[in-house]
Amino acid sequence: MADCNETIRELDAYLDGELSDDLRGHIHSHLNGCMDCLQAFDFHAELKAAIRRKCSNDEVPPGLLAKIESCFQTDFDGDGVIGEPDADAGVADPS
Amino acid sequence: MADQSTFADQAMEYAPQLYSAALRMTRNQADAEDLVQEAYLRAYRSFHTFQEGTNLRAWLFRILTNAYINRYRAKQRRPQESDLADVEDLYLYRRLGSMETAAASMSAEEQFLDIFTDDEVKQALEDLPENFRLPVLLADVEGFAYKEIAEMLDIPIGTVMSRLHRGRKAMQRALYDYAEARGLTSAPSGADT
Repeated sequence: MADCNETIRELDAYLDGELSDDLRGHIHSHLNGCMDCLQAFDFHAELKAAIRRKCSNDEVPPGLLAKIESCFQTDFDGDGVIGEPDADAGVADPS
Repeated sequence: MADQSTFADQAMEYAPQLYSAALRMTRNQADAEDLVQEAYLRAYRSFHTFQEGTNLRAWLFRILTNAYINRYRAKQRRPQESDLADVEDLYLYRRLGSMETAAASMSAEEQFLDIFTDDEVKQALEDLPENFRLPVLLADVEGFAYKEIAEMLDIPIGTVMSRLHRGRKAMQRALYDYAEARGLTSAPSGADT
């Protein structure tokens, strides 16, 4: 079983889901018996969730999606074929 | 080999996520719009190299990240390896944790970190030097695995981990500064500042 120092050292990797099953198990048993570490882990889990929530809610500017999609209709290299820069564009339709 | 005619159907649903990430990278709307368009164009033109059945979202983010690095690093004379001041572990928790415990007893635990506005959290992330900002963005906001981030940024996994660790702590310090500036930390707590 891990002690407090080892547990806190693995906090990032634990919350990121990057620990081996073994180590994860050790950290888990420590957390079950240590309120101090558990509170610290909870705090950081909430912080991570808050960062995610608050940094991914930007409104897409009007017109951006249409601008992107118009790229897919453009003959960029002037070869008479829409979009596809490579020679095998003629077989793009699988049917 | 992916069929290009299905690209828009498969890929456009990720546009809002890519745009948000592009905003955190470029830190302004005009550049973010350009970057997302460039990424979609590159993705469209190389869609025939995308392996059907693998993670399209990760593939698109890899292209976005590459486009950002090529476009904005090219402007700099040499790669910028900015450094960060050292911040102690558990920086924010040691200062706000006791406030959170108090909030929890008022059954407001989930929302405790909403003391920070969206703009403050975005600013704290965007203020990180680029070599710390990208790993934190890709891990905390986008939820990618260390291995995926290492591939996107072309750095070893150990470097991803150390930059994440230090970038997160620096972000916590910036958040604490916001809390302090707004007088949210005046209540007595267990930790000295």
